[in-house]
Amino acid sequence: MYQLSGVTKRYRRGKDSVNALDGVDLTIEDGGRLVIQGPTGGGKSTLLQMLGGLDRPSEGSVVLDGTDLATLPEARLTRVRAEKIGFVFQSFNLIPTLTAQENVETALVPLPGLKARERRERAGEALAAVGLGERLRHLPGELSGGQQQRVAIARALVKRPAVLLADEPTGNLDESMRDEIMEVLEALWEEHAFTFVMVTHDSALARRTRRIATIRKGRVTVKERAVDAA
Amino acid sequence: MFFTYLRRELRRRRKAALVVASGLALGIALVIVVNSVSSGMNRAQDEVLESLYGLGTDMTVTKAAEPPGEGETVRRPRFRFDAKDEGDDAEQSSDIVMVQGFETLASSTVTEVAKQDGVAGAVGGLSVNVMKVDGEFKRGAVQQKPGQGGPGAGGGAVRGGGADFDVDSYTAYGTDVAHQELGPLTSSTITSGRTFKKSETDARVAVLDSAYAKEKNLGPGKKLTISGTDFEIIGLATADSGDAAADVYLPLAQAQKLADAKDKVTTVYVQATDSQKIDGVKETIQKNISGTTVTTSADLAETVSGSLSTASDLASGVGKWLSVLVLAAAFLVAGLLTSAAVSRRVREFGTLKALGWRSGRVTRQVAGEALVNGLVGGALGIALGLAGAWLITTFSPTLTAQLGGGAGAGGGGGLRVAGPGGGGGPLRDSAHRALDIALTAPVSLTTIGLAVTLAVTGGLVAGGFGGWRASRLRPADALRRVE
Repeated sequence: MYQLSGVTKRYRRGKDSVNALDGVDLTIEDGGRLVIQGPTGGGKSTLLQMLGGLDRPSEGSVVLDGTDLATLPEARLTRVRAEKIGFVFQSFNLIPTLTAQENVETALVPLPGLKARERRERAGEALAAVGLGERLRHLPGELSGGQQQRVAIARALVKRPAVLLADEPTGNLDESMRDEIMEVLEALWEEHAFTFVMVTHDSALARRTRRIATIRKGRVTVKERAVDAA
Repeated sequence: MFFTYLRRELRRRRKAALVVASGLALGIALVIVVNSVSSGMNRAQDEVLESLYGLGTDMTVTKAAEPPGEGETVRRPRFRFDAKDEGDDAEQSSDIVMVQGFETLASSTVTEVAKQDGVAGAVGGLSVNVMKVDGEFKRGAVQQKPGQGGPGAGGGAVRGGGADFDVDSYTAYGTDVAHQELGPLTSSTITSGRTFKKSETDARVAVLDSAYAKEKNLGPGKKLTISGTDFEIIGLATADSGDAAADVYLPLAQAQKLADAKDKVTTVYVQATDSQKIDGVKETIQKNISGTTVTTSADLAETVSGSLSTASDLASGVGKWLSVLVLAAAFLVAGLLTSAAVSRRVREFGTLKALGWRSGRVTRQVAGEALVNGLVGGALGIALGLAGAWLITTFSPTLTAQLGGGAGAGGGGGLRVAGPGGGGGPLRDSAHRALDIALTAPVSLTTIGLAVTLAVTGGLVAGGFGGWRASRLRPADALRRVE
């Protein structure tokens, strides 16, 4: 479970300081699903980075399963990311020289005790789960945008994380691709019951989620609403 | 994963990798060429010095030069011929055997030197110069003017007559036949006949330098007459490089008799127990045996001039600094390019860190790529360097070594100029020998080892730059920068 208390993130811009997050209090239950919406520059990505242990708040605490990510030493924070958190980025962030299977394997590299063969097998299974079992040896450049995002999803989920953080996962895709990716994500969420937090501008996507956090000028308001049919 | 990732990245950025590798290759090739040329120079100098010293000699001991005393006359060879009677056209001949440099040490000095600390062996030798003058005088005829003739008449002019003399000069070296392991003869190989037997300490036998023997049409089995003494030629020796130390080699006792220098030697050839302690042994000998000059190979090397010396100076000066400069530039460029490559891969490394890759793993990946670049550069550099060294050895430009006698280096080769007062004439010629040496560029395993070390260092320096940048990347910054 995530428990954010008084999370403030302050950036300096010249002589001024800007609060990207301003005293955010937020709770996300295990297996819960939350969509974060808001205007550009409102602090959505910053909040996601706090949740993912990619950045530390200037003030406040980000507690994941009883561990405060804000004060955790770098090595342990890296380990938390390696074991518990999966990321999906808007621009996929695949390594262009590695095949789909190898890209997925990169998420397993930091995990101790996994042999290369086991890594390959698990990567293959993860790609099969997102419908890319036939594309293991393809380089990202040889795949469509939707396929690349599926590889990124497989990479995020191959380590069976407790949390999946997705930053505009369909932002670079057309509508049909968007729906396809969302269906994959939702199906996997239902199957694996991980905590799923997604940042999106897309209101259509937001309407598919019961719980929506809106962030404006660093402040978060959470609303629960009825879910539209997919 | 490490190697797969590394291989793919190097393939993707092969142009940049080639630039880095080429820079390192150029520097490493220069180091190999300069190093091998320096080795070639040293070998050439060693050859020059060997032709004087012989193999195994670490230093020579000669008598310290002294200025002429008051009233002393300059020693020069003198020839005396009697006037002949009218009608006597018989040839007159005279040969003089002189100690080279006119400075000698007592034979007991050899034993004394051998007793010094750090001396493994000492052998004495006598260098002499033989000058032979032969020819004839023709008496002139007195021609009287008309009207002045008649018995008992005085006056008239001398017409015709004169002298026709041939001067031959060569060097001879009296060698201690019982101890042939040191001394100038070791720099030659017996190519015909045999060398001295240990029992031939006072035998009238001679070994001739093959070039001299060819010039004089002499060979094993023939006789050589020096100052009225016949010597049987038992063998011919060919200098391993450059000129031979002497034209004729004789048993020491015979040379001493010819030069009227009983129990005298001109040079003591010394081998040290440890080649690293030569300077210490030199000091000991000079301190304990007064009136001697000790000359080491290093001292003698300083007297080498000519194109060999110039090239050697160039190799050790300009060549060394040029290699250092090129290498430093190559290291810097490699480092900057690797660092720039990290800048272009910020999102990639940020993503890997987000996935849980430790900074160390990312750094290792970057450093690994740079190291492979360095090794590729090293391999290219070694190939280039070997090709350069091969070209130099194949074309082997000829260098001339001028040997000056300024350092007072003694030796059988006649390096030592005449002593006090400076004997002129033919001795002066032997003081400034010029040897032609073909330059080679031998590449030793040490040089290859150095090249590999430089390649690894270059890779590590470049990897250090890039790795340092990569390790400092914070995943949030890395991802944010892309956004």
